[in-house]
Amino acid sequence: MANRRIDEPTGTETVGHEWDGIEELNTPLPRWWLLTFYACIVFAIGYVVAYPAIPLLHGATPGLLGWSSRGDLAQELAHERHHREGVYAALARVPIERLPEDDARMRMAVAGGRAAFKVNCVQCHGAGAAGSEGFPNLNDDDWLWGGDLKTIEYTITHGVRVPGAAGTRMSQMPAFGRDGLLTDTQIGQLASHVLSLSGKEADDPAGAKLFADNCAVCHGPAGRGNRQLGAPNLTDAVWLYGRSRDEIVRQITEGRNGEMPAWAGRLDPVTIKMLAAYVHSLGGGEDFVEPAPASTTAPAAGAAANAAP
Amino acid sequence: MQHPDAIPPSLYEKHRTVHNKRIDGPFRRFKWLVMGVTLAIYYGTPWIRWNRGPYAPDQAVLIDLAHRRFYMFGIEIWPQEFYFVAGLLIMAGIGLFLVTSAVGRAWCGYSCPQTVWTDVFQHVDRFIDGDRNARMRLDAAPWGPAKIARRLFKWAIYLTIAFWTGGAWIMYFADAPTLTHDFWTGEAAPIAYATVGVLTATTFLLGGFMREQVCIYMCPWPRIQTALMDEKSLLVTYKDWRGEPRGSVKKAAKAPEAFGDCIDCNLCVAVCPTGWDIRKGPDISCITCALCIDACDRVMREVGRPRGLIDYATLEDCRREEAGEPPRPPLKALLRPRTIAYFSVWAAIGCALLFALGTRKHTDISAAADRNPPFMLMSDGSVRNAFTVKLRNMESRPRRMRVTLEGLPGASMWSDSMARADAVRTLDETVPADATQPLRIYVIAPSGTPEQSFAFSVTSLDEQAETDRSETTFAAPGGAL
Repeated sequence: MANRRIDEPTGTETVGHEWDGIEELNTPLPRWWLLTFYACIVFAIGYVVAYPAIPLLHGATPGLLGWSSRGDLAQELAHERHHREGVYAALARVPIERLPEDDARMRMAVAGGRAAFKVNCVQCHGAGAAGSEGFPNLNDDDWLWGGDLKTIEYTITHGVRVPGAAGTRMSQMPAFGRDGLLTDTQIGQLASHVLSLSGKEADDPAGAKLFADNCAVCHGPAGRGNRQLGAPNLTDAVWLYGRSRDEIVRQITEGRNGEMPAWAGRLDPVTIKMLAAYVHSLGGGEDFVEPAPASTTAPAAGAAANAAP
Repeated sequence: MQHPDAIPPSLYEKHRTVHNKRIDGPFRRFKWLVMGVTLAIYYGTPWIRWNRGPYAPDQAVLIDLAHRRFYMFGIEIWPQEFYFVAGLLIMAGIGLFLVTSAVGRAWCGYSCPQTVWTDVFQHVDRFIDGDRNARMRLDAAPWGPAKIARRLFKWAIYLTIAFWTGGAWIMYFADAPTLTHDFWTGEAAPIAYATVGVLTATTFLLGGFMREQVCIYMCPWPRIQTALMDEKSLLVTYKDWRGEPRGSVKKAAKAPEAFGDCIDCNLCVAVCPTGWDIRKGPDISCITCALCIDACDRVMREVGRPRGLIDYATLEDCRREEAGEPPRPPLKALLRPRTIAYFSVWAAIGCALLFALGTRKHTDISAAADRNPPFMLMSDGSVRNAFTVKLRNMESRPRRMRVTLEGLPGASMWSDSMARADAVRTLDETVPADATQPLRIYVIAPSGTPEQSFAFSVTSLDEQAETDRSETTFAAPGGAL
């Protein structure tokens, strides 16, 4: 422009505009800044070519490198799986009851089980495996179906009362009140007897008779329960549905039966094995003993129905 | 309209490369000695071996980040004892105060890594390009094949020194012979290569090119030092009352009364590694390396005048000397309330650390109660609490330890490796050498035991019989069952 001139004090050229005596100096951008700027442009072009960049209707341009965040994840998962292969193979080979023979292997199993428990089990059994009403506490020494490694593994694999599943833990506590098998008075007498088993109330002879007729077939004549049927021990301090008289009356009336999914289809056998090891390690695990020859396992529901008047 | 004065002077000072001249003298020789000792310590320390038995590394000084241990000859520090390191750092800080108040910027002048490596690189310059004048000529010469070749050769040497500097650093963090082997076979951890890379780059830049600019513009220490120094602190000073006005030997021969001792030969400036003119007075640029004293003393000897025109002196001494009084004895200059106070604090911290180190226990127990669930009701009505009890053995040999329940009547405990039927109140455990052994311990108390505090105690079953205890709480259901 015509009005360009050199500004004296600064020695810099002006841009040639003038507004009421105010002029603008044509100070060039620093060289390093320009070079960085050009480098960024070059980088950006390379980036657009190499990586997914331009959004399209469905997704984006794939980029020459074929990178995707999902692919990254798949790679990491594959790496992790590969990393664990040795441990998994070792755990798969060993029958669960022999797991404790090798301390290190058992520790690996417990650690793996702890992680799997946090994902799959805490929803019902709680983060500390302390359970809640209707969901068994896995820390104590009271087991419905048995507390050795092999039994726990079986329970996790096949679940409890899974409708239509073969091999699932199956039994049924009848709803004595709701189905009209017993009257309210009888249920009250029965509750007194149940409470007397752990010394909380004086025994009621009528209740004892009702117990022998209706309950003993599953819970045993002394009320000590039967693990083959998942029938709880009624003489101890641990109660699945609550220790108060009201809760016991309610359970006899309604006969709540808890369910647990069969995990066989959802988790691989090694994970189930690790879960069993973890649950066993919580402090109440029992030693495995070779089972005695199988006794007859009569379905509880049928037995109860037969005994009913 | 235009006022040339309105334009502020530039705040940016263009860098002038310092081509310091070679000088020899007592201070230069002392500097050589310090350089040799400090470099030997830096490069050599990781290679010193120290036998700690079969369970601990045999490197005398090792910062074992992977295993959270810090070894220094006979001392082994665990992470929870990091206050020892903090104490050492405080001592180093107060030590710098002490040194500064006593002998001024002696750290800057002789033993600061920036000073030592700058010195090394300046000697490389001298070795490749010649002394001051040759280097200045080469600097001004146009770029041609000879200059390029010379520069590339010099930078290659810079890079080699920088690489060895970075390489030596990582030796402090792993077994030096193993790491050296792994490093060259490509098996070392990526962090090792990254560290060497970063330190090579910083040494190359800071030592090879930035040099005195680090001291003058980057380092906070000179700024702090100016606050620490007073008129009793030792400085390198030019005795202007003796030197001024300056004049050449020829001029002084004609009119001896008109001129001082300084013959204005500029040698003190030429030898200065930071390019400062000490005759302008003390400055942040002066790292008190005393090379100008060597230079001036030599010149004074040559022209037959007394040495010490530039000398170590306090400002107070300067005033006395100017007034014609005798200088104070050096010991008196060192022993004054300020230095004694710094020394007392420094020594007190040192003694406290040594005492703590000498009396520390090598046995430790800590118990952490499970919070979820806090307690567990067993089928017989008794209450169980679970604890993670950690036994720490800080000696380099496996030791037997006895864990005992204190308080909590009627209670007993069992560990993961025991059956509940074998529950006891006292259990023995072997803790591996130099390790923390976690134990899963279940404590069971009879039905009706209320919530209460109790303790785990540990006794080492050896001649030391060290003990420790850990207070914790036994949780129990609140209401009646």
